[in-house]
Amino acid sequence: MLRVDNLTFAYKQGGSNVLKDVSFAIDRNETVAILGNNGAGKSTLLKCINRICPPQNGEVKIDGSSVAQMTRNEMARSISYVAQNNVSLNMTVFDAILLGRKPYITWDATAADLEIVQGIIEQMGLVDFALRPVAELSGGERQKVMLARALAQEPKLLLLDEPTSNLDPRNQHEVLRMVRVIAREHHISVAIVIHDLNLAIRYCDRFLFLRDAQVYACGGREVMTPQNIEAVYQIHVHIMEHRGIPVVVPFPDEEGAVSHGAARRCALPL
Amino acid sequence: MTGEQQMTQLEAYATYVKRKQIVFAVAVIATIAVALYAVSAGSMRIPLPEVIQTLFGGGDPQTQTVIWNIRLTRVTAAILVGGALSVSGAVMQCVLQNPLASASTLGVSQGAAFGAALGIIVFGGGVVQSDSAAAAIAISNPYIVTLCAFACGSLSTLVIIVLSQFKRDLGPGGLILAGVALSSLFSGGTALLQYFADQTKIATVVFWTFGNLGAAGWRVLMILAVVFFIALLYFMLNRWNYNAMESGADTAKSLGVNTRMVMLAGMGIGTLAAAVAVSFVGIISFVGLVAPHIMRRFVGNDYRFLIPCSAAAGALLLILADTFGRLVIAPVILPIGAITSFLGAPMFLYLLFRGLEGSA
Repeated sequence: MLRVDNLTFAYKQGGSNVLKDVSFAIDRNETVAILGNNGAGKSTLLKCINRICPPQNGEVKIDGSSVAQMTRNEMARSISYVAQNNVSLNMTVFDAILLGRKPYITWDATAADLEIVQGIIEQMGLVDFALRPVAELSGGERQKVMLARALAQEPKLLLLDEPTSNLDPRNQHEVLRMVRVIAREHHISVAIVIHDLNLAIRYCDRFLFLRDAQVYACGGREVMTPQNIEAVYQIHVHIMEHRGIPVVVPFPDEEGAVSHGAARRCALPL
Repeated sequence: MTGEQQMTQLEAYATYVKRKQIVFAVAVIATIAVALYAVSAGSMRIPLPEVIQTLFGGGDPQTQTVIWNIRLTRVTAAILVGGALSVSGAVMQCVLQNPLASASTLGVSQGAAFGAALGIIVFGGGVVQSDSAAAAIAISNPYIVTLCAFACGSLSTLVIIVLSQFKRDLGPGGLILAGVALSSLFSGGTALLQYFADQTKIATVVFWTFGNLGAAGWRVLMILAVVFFIALLYFMLNRWNYNAMESGADTAKSLGVNTRMVMLAGMGIGTLAAAVAVSFVGIISFVGLVAPHIMRRFVGNDYRFLIPCSAAAGALLLILADTFGRLVIAPVILPIGAITSFLGAPMFLYLLFRGLEGSA
């Protein structure tokens, strides 16, 4: 579905690469966590995929079509994006979600556009807030509105930049559960930049580790090892299982790098 | 959720949209009502039925002269200038993501006034026909004055655009300070031009800085109307882009908006409309700042409605200010620029304090 080949990006011409020869693929219905420490290029990777930051080299394809060759509206119909810091909009929830129909609107929103927005509002449980200003909503509700707006674009690929960073634990789980349900129901692929490894391991199908501007590891549960985590985050972790749910427990005070032998502490059959 | 309930939800939204349409209709009706009052009021009071009769081709010759040659041109100028300044202010606030942006706060007005002074003094574009405050100055060559005003107003815009692009951390306050600096620069330039000009030309430039809606004849009004309606049409065509830009530049890009082009074109056309308006009627401050913010309270940041509502509100504000200036100590006409500044400065301070509270 999404195929990224040898993607390279630097913010300044001739400057150091934020991303270098990054290649990976995401299948339909798949949710992929993009992991790495601060400054690893995770958010930049999302912005390169949807041309917010046009890459210097490499190619991004969706269903075989090059994103670089698409018109802006074609791209917006294929890829939707929820930014890390969303501004508090002085418009109603309905109007904010209606913005997702912008790539389809020629002169004004049609009855079909309004019905699509209405359907998404119901699906995401926003009926009670539909005519309230976004600025008056809580962080969790606001994040749902942004997700709903992205969904209104009817995309093939959904890019989420730290969707849970400002949310309490209940809302973190609610939002990610919603993302997973939406992705499966609407056959959407999802790429999520996320810092919380426990949320990642619980809600994502595959994992992409970025280190030093390059892909360090990419794959399913088999790459979610203490060794990979230590190599990328420089922190010692144990991975255990609690009631059948994998849990990443950091031990920042433990000295020394994790040796390969440390993997024996991992309770998961990786 | 049943189909009936869904219909109710959509109906609720339709009612909400209708409320915004009613706000626009009320603003337009109020503008027309105040415009009719402005035409009827003055040293020669003309009853409203006679005003309407004259507008439809009736009335005696004296009334026809007063209405068609003096009052209607003045009111039409107020509508076009108020509308142009206001829609350009609304769009500049959006594309620069800055609630304090407008032609007057970004130095466009001062730049255009400098250009106009350049056109009058250096290129001989205008002369004073009478030294009476009641009489209008005349633009002997409106095109050279407009061209100079637009060029210098654009220069101001260009600096602001370059600053906002290359110094992204400048912030809203920084852009306004840049506007203050540019205003100061252009004011200094205007003063220097005046220093070397003869008395007649100085009088023309000084009269200009007062702002005078009576200066515009039908020929000038045609130019203003064409520029205003082109700007209004362009802004309305881009209303969905402006709505998307309210979500931030990255989100707007992901919605298919060419943010850079929308910003550059919005600033360019906003500057054209504001600079042309200012070049013909003098410095009229704060209308472009105040009118959009008043309408934001009624229709939010929905540019589908904010743009037309701002146009109506700007026109209404300027007719009110001009009529007040004509009537308060009649027959002396107070300068419109001073009245709008009295109106706008408290609003500017209110926005500043509200911004500070918001960031606390």
